[in-house]
Amino acid sequence: MRPLTLSRLLAYCSVLAAILFVVVVIALKMGAVPVSLYGLGRDLLRVLFRQTSQLSSEYQLIIFDIRLPRILLGIFVGASLSVAGASFQALLRNPLADPYVLGVSSGAAVGAIVALIIEPHLALAPAVAALLTPIGAFLGAALTVTAVYFLGLRQGQIDSGTLLLAGIISASFLSAIIMFFMSTLTGGNYRGMAFWMMGDLSTPPQRVVSLILRFGFFLAAGAIYTTAGDLNLLLAGEKEAMHLGVDVRRVRLVVYLAASLLTGLAVSVSGAIGYVGLLVPHVMRLIFGSDHRVLLPTAAFGGAIVLVVADTLARTVISPSELPVGAMTAIAGAPLFLYLMRRRLA
Amino acid sequence: MSSYARTSSAARPLADAGDPNSDIRLSVEQVSYAYSANPSQAPLFTLEATSFQVRPGEIVAILGPNASGKSTLLKLIAGALEPLSGRVLLNGFVTHTLPHRTRGQRIAMVQQESPLLFPSRAWEFVLQGRHAYGRTLRFETADDILIARNALQQVGAEDLSDRWMDQISGGEKQRVILARALAQQPLLLLLDEPTLHLDIGAQVDLLETLRRLAAANRYTIVVVTHDLNLAGQYADQVAIFQKGKCLRVGPPSTVFQRELLEQVFQTPLTVELGSSGRPRVTVLSAK
Repeated sequence: MRPLTLSRLLAYCSVLAAILFVVVVIALKMGAVPVSLYGLGRDLLRVLFRQTSQLSSEYQLIIFDIRLPRILLGIFVGASLSVAGASFQALLRNPLADPYVLGVSSGAAVGAIVALIIEPHLALAPAVAALLTPIGAFLGAALTVTAVYFLGLRQGQIDSGTLLLAGIISASFLSAIIMFFMSTLTGGNYRGMAFWMMGDLSTPPQRVVSLILRFGFFLAAGAIYTTAGDLNLLLAGEKEAMHLGVDVRRVRLVVYLAASLLTGLAVSVSGAIGYVGLLVPHVMRLIFGSDHRVLLPTAAFGGAIVLVVADTLARTVISPSELPVGAMTAIAGAPLFLYLMRRRLA
Repeated sequence: MSSYARTSSAARPLADAGDPNSDIRLSVEQVSYAYSANPSQAPLFTLEATSFQVRPGEIVAILGPNASGKSTLLKLIAGALEPLSGRVLLNGFVTHTLPHRTRGQRIAMVQQESPLLFPSRAWEFVLQGRHAYGRTLRFETADDILIARNALQQVGAEDLSDRWMDQISGGEKQRVILARALAQQPLLLLLDEPTLHLDIGAQVDLLETLRRLAAANRYTIVVVTHDLNLAGQYADQVAIFQKGKCLRVGPPSTVFQRELLEQVFQTPLTVELGSSGRPRVTVLSAK
C-alpha cells in the first residue's frame, strides 16, 4: 500500500512547475525577433528586482508586452481546458469526454458571439460589458452540456457511444451557427471564424477580462478540487459512490457548473481549442495514476505546458506568418485521440 | 460542512433507550414501495408492507424468484430509496434520512460492480471504503491504512493488495469488494447476490467468511440470494418474497416448508433436515 501523501503531491507539482518554467523561458526566446538567452535572463532578473528602467526598450516591448501576456493567456487557457476535460471525463464516466469533443466549446463560442452581438445594444458600463462575453460563453457551455447529457441517455443510462455521437453532432451544428453569425454579421470574416472554431491566442484580451479569467480559473478549479475524493468514487459508479458516502447530486452540480465555467472562460478569450482537455488528463493518468487529488493539479500544469508549447510552435513554424493554435493541437491531438479510442473501445 | 451541524438533530434515535427491544439493530417496519413510469399511472411494481427485525451478529437471507422485490427491499434498507410507507430503522435512526456521510459510516453495500473506467489496485479500492470518514481533501491516515489492511486480512486477501482489480479472478474480486465494505466499519452489511458469478468453492468460502465476520464483529448482515441451500445453511432468518409480497420470515427450519417453496419457485422439490438441524432443499426433475 502506498497511498497518496501531501509531500508526494507537492513533489509531482514542483516537477511540472519546473518544466512549465523552462517552457515559458523557451517560448519567450522563440519568435520572429531573435532574443538571446543571456539578454532574456538579464531582463527577467531586472524585472524581478524591479529595475525596469534598465531594460532595453525593444526587448521590453516584444517580451513583456507581446510574448509574455500571450504565454500567460496560454497557461490559463490550457489549464482551464485540461481541468474541464478531466472533470467532464469523471462526471460523464466517459474517458473520451472533453469540452471540444462534446461540443461544449462550440456552445461556449456561440454564447460568446451572441453576447458580442447584443453588447452594443445594451448601454452598459465598460467593466460590465467586458463581463458579458465570458457570461455568454459560460451559459452557452452549460446549456450545451445539459443538452448533450440528455441526448446521450439511453433508457435512463448514459451510453458512451450515444453521448459521443450527441457531442459530435452538437459540435457540428453549433459550428454551422458560428459560421452563420460570422457570415451575416461581418460579411465572411474568415479570421473571426478561424478564431471561434479553431482557437487562437494571438488576440490579447482586455486587462479586466484577463483578470476575470485568472480569478475564475482559481475559483472553478478550486471548487472542483474540493470534490476530488468524491470524483474518485464517482468513477467507480454512482450507486457505489452513494453507498460509500458521497452526496452524488451535490458533487455533480458543483463539477458541472465549475467545468462549464472553465470552458466558458477559456473559449471567451481564445475560441474553441480542441484536444487539450481530452489528451492531457489521459497522459497525466498514465504517468501519475487516476486519483483525482493528483490528476486535477497535474492536468492543470500539463494543460498549461502543452498549450504554451503548441502556441509557440503555432507562431514560429511558418514564421513570420502564424497558424491558429487549435490547428497545432489538432495535428498532434487527433491521431493520439484515435489511438486511445481504438485501445479503449476495442 | 453543514451536514455535520445537522447530524445532531437528524440523528436522534426514534426508539426509546428503555425499549425492551433495544438489542434490535435493524428494524424494518411496515415498509412498502411502488415503482411507476409516471405518477398518474398505476404502479408497475409494488412492494407490499414488510416487517422484520434483526439483531447484531445475525444473518438474514432474502429469497425469492426474479422480480419478487428482493433488491428493492435491499435499497430501502440501505436508505437509497424512500419508502412509500413505513420506515427502516438502524439502531433507531431512519436510514433514508441519514446524511450521506453518516450512512457511509454505518451501512455498507456489496453489489454487482460497474466496470472500472480506469484501472486501480486492490489496496486503492479498499481504501475507498474509508471515504466517509475523511474530510474534504484529506489524505489517508495511518489509521485508514491499518483498517484497510485489516479488512483485507479478514477476508483472506492480504496477498491481493498490490494486484490490479481487472487482473484478478471473480472470487478474488468479490473478496476485495467485501474488504472495502468492511473498511467502512459498518453496523449493517448488505449484499446483493454476492455469489452470482462465483464457483461453488468460492460461494461456500464467502458464506463461511460472512458467518465468521457476523460472529466476530457483530455485523448485522442482510443478503439477497437465489441459493436456497446456502441460505438454509448459513442464515439465522430467511424472508421469502413472491411478486412484491413477503410471504414468511423466520428461521430456515420453520420457513423452509415444501408446499411454500414449491409454490413460490414453481418447481417440485423436497425439503429434509440435515444432521446439523439445517434444512436441505433438493430440486426434483419437473417430469
